[in-house]
Amino acid sequence: MDFDYTASEQSFREEVRSFISENLPPKKERDKNFLANWLEKVRAKGWVGFAWPKEFGGSEGGLIEQTILREEMALAKAPPLGTSMMGLAWVGPGIMQYGTEEQKRKFIPDILDSKVTWCTGYSEPNHGSDLAAIQCKAELNGDHYVVNGQKIWTTGAPWSQWIILLTRTQFDVESKHDGITCFLVPMDAPGVEVRPIQNMAGDKHFAEIFFTDVQVPVENRLGAEGEGWNVTVSALANERSSIGEVTQMFEKLENLKELVKTTTKQGQPASKDPKVRRTIARFEMKVAAMKFNGLRYLTKQIKGEPLTSETSVNKLHRASLEIEIDDFAVQLMGQAGLQLRGGESAVDGGTWSKSALNWPNVVIGGGTPNIQRNIIAERLLGQPKD
Amino acid sequence: MNFGFTEEQSLLRDQVERFIKEACPMPKVREIAASESRFDSTLWQQVADLGWLGLTIPEAHGGLGLKWIDLTVVLEAAAEGLCPLPIASQALASAAVLTCGNDKQKSEWLPAMASGSAICTIGLYDEANWIDPKAITAQAHASEDGYVLKGTKPFVNDAAAADYLLLAVNAPNGLALAAVAKDSVKITHQPTMDTTKPMASVDLDGVNISADFLLPMSEDQLAFLTDCGAVATTAEMVGAGAAILEMTSNYAKERIQFGKPIGQYQGVKHRLADMYVDLESYRSLSYYAAWSVDDDIEGLAKAVSLAKGYASDAFAQIGIDGVGLHGAIGFTAEYDAQLYLKRSKWARPMYGDSDYHMDRIATLGGL
Ligand SMILES: Cc1cc2nc3c(=O)[nH]c(=O)nc-3n(C[C@H](O)[C@H](O)[C@H](O)COP(=O)(O)OP(=O)(O)OC[C@H]3O[C@@H](n4cnc5c(N)ncnc54)[C@H](O)[C@@H]3O)c2cc1C
Repeated sequence: MDFDYTASEQSFREEVRSFISENLPPKKERDKNFLANWLEKVRAKGWVGFAWPKEFGGSEGGLIEQTILREEMALAKAPPLGTSMMGLAWVGPGIMQYGTEEQKRKFIPDILDSKVTWCTGYSEPNHGSDLAAIQCKAELNGDHYVVNGQKIWTTGAPWSQWIILLTRTQFDVESKHDGITCFLVPMDAPGVEVRPIQNMAGDKHFAEIFFTDVQVPVENRLGAEGEGWNVTVSALANERSSIGEVTQMFEKLENLKELVKTTTKQGQPASKDPKVRRTIARFEMKVAAMKFNGLRYLTKQIKGEPLTSETSVNKLHRASLEIEIDDFAVQLMGQAGLQLRGGESAVDGGTWSKSALNWPNVVIGGGTPNIQRNIIAERLLGQPKD
Repeated sequence: MNFGFTEEQSLLRDQVERFIKEACPMPKVREIAASESRFDSTLWQQVADLGWLGLTIPEAHGGLGLKWIDLTVVLEAAAEGLCPLPIASQALASAAVLTCGNDKQKSEWLPAMASGSAICTIGLYDEANWIDPKAITAQAHASEDGYVLKGTKPFVNDAAAADYLLLAVNAPNGLALAAVAKDSVKITHQPTMDTTKPMASVDLDGVNISADFLLPMSEDQLAFLTDCGAVATTAEMVGAGAAILEMTSNYAKERIQFGKPIGQYQGVKHRLADMYVDLESYRSLSYYAAWSVDDDIEGLAKAVSLAKGYASDAFAQIGIDGVGLHGAIGFTAEYDAQLYLKRSKWARPMYGDSDYHMDRIATLGGL
């Protein structure tokens, strides 16, 4: 047990900090090419896919250094290290683990270079939590499969170029986990139709997708036929793990403290109100718990054990924090908290009211809290399945 | 950076768990807790021989020269079985001597603490729910050949078992710890909910001590010892919390109602999952706090408050759910779940409840 960083870890932190101070101008000074330049620079640094194997274009960086990198980027409120979010978090790792050599060569570089955006086609209208029961059908026909069916809630579908798609290739199975097959499908394939859905925050980030006789070449199958569930289980653990990543909470917590310092409640500074202070402290305890839980899991990973069900612990923390923090902030501001972006006197540009309507992203997306509790109870505590 | 235990620490944990199982299983715990002395000198000697009492005492003073994180391993594992021996009190008393004592006191007292031949404890605050130097009301007045003490220390853990007590007082030159021998003071056992954590009041009125037995203590040192107390308490909350979770989880797999194990019902399994989430979370925070005692003194206050602030309420809920999920059997005196609930009640206010620690987090965080 030692939380001190080694000299080389410390100097890596310094390297990240000085990179940030040289390449991350204040928001107002950023021009329209800023993001593209930033992405190119972090890519050149080898910081995209930092821990990925070199043969696929990663840096084989250590997991501790990766944590340092994420921490520093989060503290500096830097833009992401790549725009292919799902590609980096679970599609890429899935391809590296289950893909053919050809698939790795074809897909990995574009993920690292932020050239291709991926979306994730798991959920269907009748199968959300009960994901393994999916019905979207894929039938082998010579050198390709023919896909028919529907997906829904697919985040990023309106602008993604590729989808990781879960289908059923066999229907007469003993266990619903059998007979599932995973594919990598271009979104512009004939027969793919995307219909965006507006959410309560007003955005059209997710969509339903209809597949009608879509031809998918056999070489686009990820993993063996009927083995798709395994691919998904590790992808889902990676998804939960990325949702439970604590660094995303640093900025929010800091912004909340700033808000409290500048807000009055019943004519007094809110920061003097005992309930306000303890509420913030409770958030801080949970965020710290996420951080140190994460470090314990990291130690496990470094020892070579894969992350599995424990990722549900931080997923649950993130979910409750995401609901509670924004809700608290909005309530704290009273009527001003209701004001949306664009309103002249909207506090912090309306970001709080916006995010107070966005919690389902991390609460429902990636599996609901009830499902996370099932995972913990059944897989970590050995309770019988529902 | 490494957030795992070393091989030695894992071996130590195994050793403690084995010892608790073999030498201090629950019937024995109950027997000790119900006895007149609430103490067992045979077990104490065995624990001393295993080296657990000198873990954080430097080798030069007869200890093992290890760190609080090693001590945490022992406290946590011993608390899985609610071991009633005053291991935490002994550790805190040795921390007090190491922090406030002079060289002579250290070299005379610490070896006896490490070997267990002197059983020791500390008593800091005299107000029931106030962590502040002002909550120390007992006094030491200069006398011809030392000091005469005045007042009562109402809440001293393990006082009745101790040979020596280190008690916070207001002395002529500021705060101090008065070291008193048990025979020189009047110790009155105070029955509490948790019989495995005996508490007593100590009447100091008119007690004389020589100047050698007064250890000056700064407010920072008082705060440090309080934080050490919170770390020790939280470590025990991790062990006890894990034990009642395991007990409850096992029961849920076996108890059949409506033709199914109750663990199959989400009303049960989701409570278990929440207990797990909270336990693992304050476990992580507890390890970080224990590490900070030796390796990050600047960050200690915050680390301690994060851990004890989280654990205080979380363990309380775990105790309640542990009993509740058992049904009526959990309410019986014979069943052990209730003992863990009582431990959660004991631990909650000890060295600061959640409100105290959350207020401190807010202050340290710039609010
Ligand atoms: C913002 C957002 C983004 C998303 N992005 C994607 C994406 O990119 N790709 C994708 O494939 N999917 C995505 N999803 C879908 C998401 O994975 C599902 O919504 C989620 O798994 C729940 O499924 P459902 O909506 O069908 O709800 P249901 O499964 O119908 O659940 C409804 C309610 O019942 C509860 N429930 C269900 N089963 C149980 C059970 N066994 N025990 C206890 N309670 C239960 C749930 O907790 C929930 O409260 C997204 C969802 C959201 C909200």
